[in-house]
Amino acid sequence: MSKPDTKSIPSAPNDPPLVQGYEVVIGFETHAQLLTHSKIFSRASTQFGAKPNSQACAVDLALPGALPVMNKRAVECAIRLGLALGSHVAHRSVFARKNYFYPDLPKGYQISQFEIPVVQGGEVSFFMGTTPKSVRLVRAHLEEDAGKSLHEDFVGMSGIDLNRAGTPLLEIVTEPDMRSSQEAVAYAKELHKIVTWIQVCDGNMQEGSFRCDANVSVRKPGAPLGTRREIKNLNSFKFMQQAIDFEVRWQIEQLEDGKAIEQATVLFDPESGETRAMRTKEDAADYRYFPDPDLPPLVIAPQWIDEIRGSMPELPRAMAQRFVSTYGLPEYDATTLTQSQQMASYFEATVAACGQAKLASNWIMGELSRRLNEADLEIDNCPVSAQILAELISTIAKGEISNNSGKIILDALWTDPSTKISALIESKGLKQVNDSGALEKLIDEVLAANADNVAQFKAGKEKAFNALIGQAMKASKGQANPQQLTELLKKKLA
Amino acid sequence: MSEIHDLSVAELSSALRSKTLGAVEVASHFLDRIEKDKLGSFLSHNPDVTLQMAKASQERIDTNQARALEGVPIAHKDVFVTKDFPSTAGSKMLEGYRSSFDATVVTKFAQAGCVPLGKLNCDEFAMGSSNENSAYGPVLNPWDLNAVPGGSSGGSAAAVSARLTPAATGTDTGGSIRQPASFCGVTGIKPTYGRASRYGMIAYASSLDQAGPMAKDALDCALLLSAMCGPDLDRDSTSLDAPEEDFTKQLTQSIKGLRIGLPKEFFAEGLDAEVKAALEQAKSVLMGLGAEFVNITLPKTELSIPVYYIIAPAEASSNLSRFDGVRYGHRAKEYSDLMEMYKKSRAEGFGAEVKKRIMTGAYVLSHGYYDAYYLQAQKIRRMIAEDFKLAFRDCDLIMGPVAPSTAWGLGEKTADPLSSYLADIFTLPASLAGLPAMSVPCGMSKSAKRLPIGMQLIGNYVQESKLLNVAHQYQLQTQWHTMSPALSGDLK
Repeated sequence: MSKPDTKSIPSAPNDPPLVQGYEVVIGFETHAQLLTHSKIFSRASTQFGAKPNSQACAVDLALPGALPVMNKRAVECAIRLGLALGSHVAHRSVFARKNYFYPDLPKGYQISQFEIPVVQGGEVSFFMGTTPKSVRLVRAHLEEDAGKSLHEDFVGMSGIDLNRAGTPLLEIVTEPDMRSSQEAVAYAKELHKIVTWIQVCDGNMQEGSFRCDANVSVRKPGAPLGTRREIKNLNSFKFMQQAIDFEVRWQIEQLEDGKAIEQATVLFDPESGETRAMRTKEDAADYRYFPDPDLPPLVIAPQWIDEIRGSMPELPRAMAQRFVSTYGLPEYDATTLTQSQQMASYFEATVAACGQAKLASNWIMGELSRRLNEADLEIDNCPVSAQILAELISTIAKGEISNNSGKIILDALWTDPSTKISALIESKGLKQVNDSGALEKLIDEVLAANADNVAQFKAGKEKAFNALIGQAMKASKGQANPQQLTELLKKKLA
Repeated sequence: MSEIHDLSVAELSSALRSKTLGAVEVASHFLDRIEKDKLGSFLSHNPDVTLQMAKASQERIDTNQARALEGVPIAHKDVFVTKDFPSTAGSKMLEGYRSSFDATVVTKFAQAGCVPLGKLNCDEFAMGSSNENSAYGPVLNPWDLNAVPGGSSGGSAAAVSARLTPAATGTDTGGSIRQPASFCGVTGIKPTYGRASRYGMIAYASSLDQAGPMAKDALDCALLLSAMCGPDLDRDSTSLDAPEEDFTKQLTQSIKGLRIGLPKEFFAEGLDAEVKAALEQAKSVLMGLGAEFVNITLPKTELSIPVYYIIAPAEASSNLSRFDGVRYGHRAKEYSDLMEMYKKSRAEGFGAEVKKRIMTGAYVLSHGYYDAYYLQAQKIRRMIAEDFKLAFRDCDLIMGPVAPSTAWGLGEKTADPLSSYLADIFTLPASLAGLPAMSVPCGMSKSAKRLPIGMQLIGNYVQESKLLNVAHQYQLQTQWHTMSPALSGDLK
């Protein structure tokens, strides 16, 4: 929970957006729950949603005589994150005890890292529109989660569930490098993407697997940093933005009223859309940190780091750049398609099967994503496989069906992916008319029936041309090859 | 043949193996003596459990499946958690507490065939050197019922001395095996830090706590130590990754030419004249065996007291935070809110010495004091270890007193706790350095009371075998370890 030293942080070089003349300064602390089967210092399961206290062993319950033993997989997760963010992975880091009393903290201390964390430095880079932005990391350290206190279901008492106690976390701390709520959300989304991409965290914000605390302060440009307030446990990107925006407005209001900001920890209430103080600095405890004598320093051999480096997947930024250079995709498409590893591999599989990168990108980002969103499905569970989508795209590319017909076929495939595309084209009568003789006949009929449009066009009204195309398309029931139709009409009117 | 209770672990083991004695007969004999005990050395025993284990041992012997120490009774200091007996650590906080698992050391003895007799009294959470800090009353020294048995493993030392058990486990954080062994005239060894697993040992000061055996002589200690040591890396991260060892192997070696260092700081002013004289005598015996003596220096010896009384309470203040009345242990009957529940439960559950050390520990770890106390103490701790490293260039092991005096009277130092802290001066350095050290009976005071005197041997890392070798060779020449208090005869 150490805070970065923020005294010497200069203003961002490229004119940050001001809010009522104030510069917004935001730093993040994110708790990412690590994807391990067992807890960080015990063998109990980390499975979410089990019966209360069914996944707490002697170590998690802090029974007399129980001792912690480090989970190697948790360390591996820390190394993976360090490598993904260009951080220094410490050869030797130290576990410390953070001492405080609370019923859901069974030992009366939390095992964390204090003076020497396992991951040091690094940065998270992303785009704000087309502008690149980079947020520096101070550190990421390993620690154990506490249990849960349940106050609702008990009258005059509190329930304690220790299933979560000892769940491995990486606390990822940034420098105060963000200058707006938009930047903050973009950072959080990028970090979220990376931790899920490298499979150290499942990223489930509702279950608390990825929890963000935002340190927010405001200042006049060029002034020293203002006093920060920490917004705790932001568990959705939407609330994150709302909470920060409210907090910024509130702080500016205070300052404009001549009041000082008091350092505090605040909670965001999604109901009221407001933040309210939980405790102030005066309540701050003395945690009496000291190195945990039950755990020797964590020593990571360089060979182990090399091994893990060899097993790292291609990271999203690198993959997006490759999509631009290899497939000639626009930056926007490349970034969108690399939002998740699943989407990226779906895209690559589609391209591999049809060779149409831009069409594949359009279909995946457009029609496919829309249907997935509507059905609340992840792309892994998409009823239409990359191979079938590729076949559909090929059919369109060859001019056998129109783009619009493709959408109709996709709808049909969505409910029954086993149907053959050729059979669907047949049964729905969607075969595109490419016969120029038939098209010419059709155009002649349309021209005869729309003499006024023809006259308008000849008088110089370009719009009339589109109206004629529309009529012709309608007459063909959408099956005319649009390119061919356009060419033939131009010829007729010339 | 001697009485069963006068037999050593080695003798009992061979008598059981040769079926001269039966395991149930042996267990019953000691259970009878425990029933008659007036020393307060046992906190719990359970004849049903013990006799059942003894029967199982006898079956193994009868079917030629006897293990290393099959049928030999043992009793455990109450800081080791056990499924079969309550585990209180001498504290009201854990009155009646039942562990859901056995300490690794307890398991290892069971796997060697030892039959558990029960649990032994000790200073609360192993904090103390007189056993007067137990919530369940003091233990009396079997040599003089008005004297303390030493601590914190006072119950262990008294029970072995009074022949209530042939063997006991103890734990040593700053001298808690060696000093009571010395005060009660038994042999005890604290191995290198990490040799015996700390899993299931109720923690006092994690970086210092170490388990070890207490018995009549060095041979028994070697047998017991072999059974209890070994890596336990899946359960204790501070466990030493050294293979199991047979510590009896070197016992019979000659000690001719062995260089024994005498630290001048251990023989300075304040050392009782009778203790000094006994050590002189022991020195002559060892010289007679061909050992050579060299003068060495351990310059930071005095600093080990403040260093220990910063580091140990610091760790204890945190280790004892789990005793909050929430999940197990004592909880106050009435409270109005969470904070009051904490305060009352802990105020009622902990004794005065424990509270004192928790407060000291919390203080030295506090913001603004951490650097001046805790960090500074850690630096000096490393310098103390460095002193030993230099000393071991000139000698193979170190000899000195265990304590400046023999056992003091009950209540004598309660009003002046500092004087009992100061009496730890000779045992603390080896604890802080994590070195193996043992206590060997080497005399009896001749003044008003006849009380045992102990000699301390300190070895280099993992050189327990060398210590046991010297102790065994010494005991072949002397009778101090065979003496038993008169009271032992009265329990028949």
